[in-house]
Amino acid sequence: MDTSKKGRKYPPFTYEVGLEKIREYANAVGEAERVHHDREAATGAGFRDVVAPPMFAVVYSAGAVAPGILDPELGINLARMLHGSQEFEWGEPVCAGDRIETTAEVKDLYEKDGRQFYVFESVSRNQDGQEVVRATWTNIVR
Amino acid sequence: MNEGDTIQELRVTPDKYLPHRYAGASGDFNPIHIDKEFATAVGLPSNILHGLYGMAQVARAMQQAAGGDPRKLKRLSVQFRGMGFPEQEIVVTGTVKSADGGRTLIETEAAQGENRIIRNAEAELEL
Repeated sequence: MDTSKKGRKYPPFTYEVGLEKIREYANAVGEAERVHHDREAATGAGFRDVVAPPMFAVVYSAGAVAPGILDPELGINLARMLHGSQEFEWGEPVCAGDRIETTAEVKDLYEKDGRQFYVFESVSRNQDGQEVVRATWTNIVR
Repeated sequence: MNEGDTIQELRVTPDKYLPHRYAGASGDFNPIHIDKEFATAVGLPSNILHGLYGMAQVARAMQQAAGGDPRKLKRLSVQFRGMGFPEQEIVVTGTVKSADGGRTLIETEAAQGENRIIRNAEAELEL
């Protein structure tokens, strides 16, 4: 395994958050809290607009990590890849109308028990530069 | 919440077509999740749930434990282990590991019967 690619960075990925996309996601995961569906409920609770469920982070940040997973320089064997673990650390809430920019980099590369670990970190910020999520994506190749 | 308390369980049964709706909502159309024939052709017992759908159920249980306010969930880390399947009930359980100065750590997992699909998960809530 070539560990010299640690620190490799990928271009920023921008995602514009739509109200109906938040509702679609909330419905798919079974999230019924009104602040994720209803504008009045959300603004009444102090949000700028309908707020995304925390795990909506995958919707706006996965596009920043995908080029790393497909990066020929890393050469991940996709047929043998598993999503091993995942962490999200949330900051400012994400609301409908936000413009989220995510950057990703190779955080760590190592081998353990005959398996290869590819660890990416992504950081997402909103249009005001506030950090909304920091994520660690660990993919394992058997 | 105090150390050792258990949180309210979350139970949900993803229906047969849930992986299709989650694929559309998330943008992850990997055929192992939505195409039973493809999944069995690559050696899986059936099409399998998206791991991040399972993580979303853990996140929902944590948000529920925090009174429904998404701002109170500050961090969640999980390990994906067993494969999850549609049409089987998912049960999310959790125990308070520590509660200190407004920061509460919860150890949590998600299982379908004996099959623990998400393990060693830890959530940090601000309460």
